[in-house]
Amino acid sequence: MAAVRVEAVLAAAEEQEAEKRRSITVEKELELEFDLGNLLALDRNPPPAAAALRGAGPRREALLRALARDNTQLLVSRLWELPAERAGGAGGPLVARLPEPTFRLPREKPPPRPRPPTRWEQFARLKGIRRRKKTSLVWDEQAKEWRRRWGYRRAGGDPARAWLAEVPAGADPEEDQFARLRREKRERVARNELNRLRNLARAHRAGSAVPAAPLHPTGHQDREELRRVARVARVSTASLGRFQPRLPKEPAEPPSRSGGRKRRFEPLLGNLAAERSRQLELLRDMGSKKPVLDITRAVNKQMRQEEAEAAAAHKGKKQSQRGKRGRRQQRPGRSGKKSGARRQQQQQKPAGGGTGGGRRKKA
Amino acid sequence: MRPLTEAETRAVFEKLGKYIGENIQLLVDRPDGTYCFRLHRDRVYYLSEKLLKLAASIPRDSLVAPGTCFGKFTKSQKFRLSVTALDFLAPYAKFKVWVKPGSEQSFLYGNHVLKSGLGRITENTAQYQGVVVYSMADVPLGFGVAAKSTQECRKVDPLAIVVFHQADVGEYVRNEDTLT
Repeated sequence: MAAVRVEAVLAAAEEQEAEKRRSITVEKELELEFDLGNLLALDRNPPPAAAALRGAGPRREALLRALARDNTQLLVSRLWELPAERAGGAGGPLVARLPEPTFRLPREKPPPRPRPPTRWEQFARLKGIRRRKKTSLVWDEQAKEWRRRWGYRRAGGDPARAWLAEVPAGADPEEDQFARLRREKRERVARNELNRLRNLARAHRAGSAVPAAPLHPTGHQDREELRRVARVARVSTASLGRFQPRLPKEPAEPPSRSGGRKRRFEPLLGNLAAERSRQLELLRDMGSKKPVLDITRAVNKQMRQEEAEAAAAHKGKKQSQRGKRGRRQQRPGRSGKKSGARRQQQQQKPAGGGTGGGRRKKA
Repeated sequence: MRPLTEAETRAVFEKLGKYIGENIQLLVDRPDGTYCFRLHRDRVYYLSEKLLKLAASIPRDSLVAPGTCFGKFTKSQKFRLSVTALDFLAPYAKFKVWVKPGSEQSFLYGNHVLKSGLGRITENTAQYQGVVVYSMADVPLGFGVAAKSTQECRKVDPLAIVVFHQADVGEYVRNEDTLT
């Protein structure tokens, strides 16, 4: 009895192991359609029988899970077939290059609504007025030539021509007609501008197509817009742009902790001892990091050494004329070996010493 | 008037450090009293605690200058040291330049120091090191930046500039109305 039970247990365990290590080949009637760019696999095979799927239960779960597993296995084997390379050198992870996605994903947000018609457009539609294409040149009778409709040297726009402004029939004779014309033009311009802004506001309020600045350069953006977009792009990281490297000409802007609110300072008469200790610590930090100008110091040291040697060579030359004994008497503190070595060095570099000594004399 | 922020303190100490090196801690930590730096209208002032408490009770618009002005922050937040800090830089200066009596006048008018006017210079001065300029009688005249290192100074021709002028005591007369 015990043996049978043990056998049964072993068989069950073996079955479980076999299930885990199932073969990676999957049989399907129809081939799946793959879009590796989107990591998408489309299975057009007929689903399992409706009877098997009916009723929530462990059998249905097992069926669905097996189906999902098979399809995922097929997708993953396709991914393994892609050309791969080791990122970051020999020890890095294996990275596959995905192809361009081919499946068109549906829209994430609703499409933009068309902007509402302006007041004039509504009126024109009502009245049935249509746009008439205007010629760009107009015949100017006085100048007897074709002039543009508006702009530089326009037809009838010559200010010297408007030297007369008649007082209309029912107007006040004292009124300045030129001033009136100017004022009326200004009012017309202002009204036009007002209407334009009102149309814009109406369109904006209707929530229609006011697209946000695209985050990729379109070529139609001006400097301010690009700067704004660059700032948004920099902040759109997980650490809110704190560790983002700066572009070559971007000025260094430390992130404001207050996030655009008013700055807050230490109190004027706060703890002066704490302030002092903080400043001393800051000085210590600054002092420790400051690298000594090694190169220049080394260069200066070298120059000094050369000059000293040149000076000694100059003196040595003078005194060597007097003889060995003379020099030894004049320099009591030196040992014989040292002076001998120096003499050899000086004799080897006569040119440098000579010019160095000469220059020093002039200076 | 307000205390300096960390970035501003760092800028001020870096500038001062160019002239007096690590002796700044003698300015910060003084045995004869607590002295501090305060910012008033973009200018950095050095004042004692006693003076600070008195100046705190004056309204901002009426306050002209609390303590000694060390310098000011320009519009682009760079710190510029002014001649009024000379009294505090001179005793602690690390690298000094002595100017001959003949070219003292020239320096006090705002010109650079030429090799012909150079009397003495501290050994081991690096190029572009901040230096304090003295007359031969050890009177501090101003400060500047060494245009040549000490070694090079010995070799250049007499009309070469050895110290770039940054501030001198003649400014007390020249810029009387703008100095605080």
